[in-house]
Amino acid sequence: MKRKSLRFILTDIILIILMILPVTAGIVLKVLTKPVSEGIEISGARIYFSIDMPVQPLLITESQINSFIVILSVFFLALYLTHGITAKGGSKRQIFAEMIVEKTENLVNGNMGKYFHGFAPFVAAIMALSAFSSLLTLVGLYPPTSDINIVSGWALLVFILITHYKMKCGPIYYLKSFTQPVPFLTPLNVISEISTPVSMAFRHYGNILSGSVISILVASGLQGLSNMLFKNLPGVLGKIPFLQIGIPAVLSVYFDLFSGCLQAFIFAMLTMLYVSTGFPAQDYAKKHKLVKNN
Amino acid sequence: MLELAIGIILGGCALGAGMAMIAGIGPGIGEGNAVAKACEAIGRQPECKGDVTTTMLMGCAIAETTGLYALVIAILLIFLAPNIFVNILMNAIG
Repeated sequence: MKRKSLRFILTDIILIILMILPVTAGIVLKVLTKPVSEGIEISGARIYFSIDMPVQPLLITESQINSFIVILSVFFLALYLTHGITAKGGSKRQIFAEMIVEKTENLVNGNMGKYFHGFAPFVAAIMALSAFSSLLTLVGLYPPTSDINIVSGWALLVFILITHYKMKCGPIYYLKSFTQPVPFLTPLNVISEISTPVSMAFRHYGNILSGSVISILVASGLQGLSNMLFKNLPGVLGKIPFLQIGIPAVLSVYFDLFSGCLQAFIFAMLTMLYVSTGFPAQDYAKKHKLVKNN
Repeated sequence: MLELAIGIILGGCALGAGMAMIAGIGPGIGEGNAVAKACEAIGRQPECKGDVTTTMLMGCAIAETTGLYALVIAILLIFLAPNIFVNILMNAIG
């Protein structure tokens, strides 16, 4: 096997450091700015500072900083995975990167059809962003996905995409589609159109937030229980919350690992389904053919 | 008198949050049905396990939405509403 050059190894090390650095910086920032508090509390994202704006001050919160941390980390992870790629293939990370690309393309082609082939990078990006944002709880940072503002932004982006593909046959066709099957149902159609981004945002945000709220409640309950059970033990032993060791981790496996990854998958899946079902494929093909014939 | 009014506000918010979560019954039944049918389908045709599981997870996620609306309302009632209502009361009293 060919030995790697020194420059290659150095670049690798720099990329790994750059991948870990944003997360470390986030942890340091959190430790430095965390107010001293007793016990466990449930609170929203902390506001770091605010910028004065004409209408209302722009708040820079923990969730924004953390989502930029995730973006940077995923960016360098992608660079690391694709570093030193060859046509022959060989290194493990190249196989891994190819596997990710292949799986996403299969998923997109299977769910959206050939016309939407170019959607694969967008879907993979939104899935990675959402999954890594939820997994940020594992290092003790505030997950950006449990802030409704961040998830609403993504849902709004998806809504714009859906509307764009619905308008492919022209705005009149789009407006007319609200009066399908009978004109009597127009208000209901409008409501269901608006409820798409709302339900997408609430679904993702509610799942992650409920997981963290339940974890915190269980942790504080176990603290009280172990205080009650073990307070008669002598000395320092009486102050250690024994029940808090290990049991909250089981919940974390479900709420952070499983639920976080599942929500990322569901968000990407719903994006694909809404966009591909919103696109009027047959009418678009008919119109296109007509234009070509003329 | 003020204490009583604030107490009623806090109690009302907590009761409302608890009652909002009654909506959790619906998604529970719905998801249970979905998973039961998925198990039946896999038992009948084990070769299409992957597709059935993916579709089931999607269906569960959509059935869960109503429960999550209730959860969001409950969280708003517990963490946000008391402050707002007490402020309104204070402003009304002057």
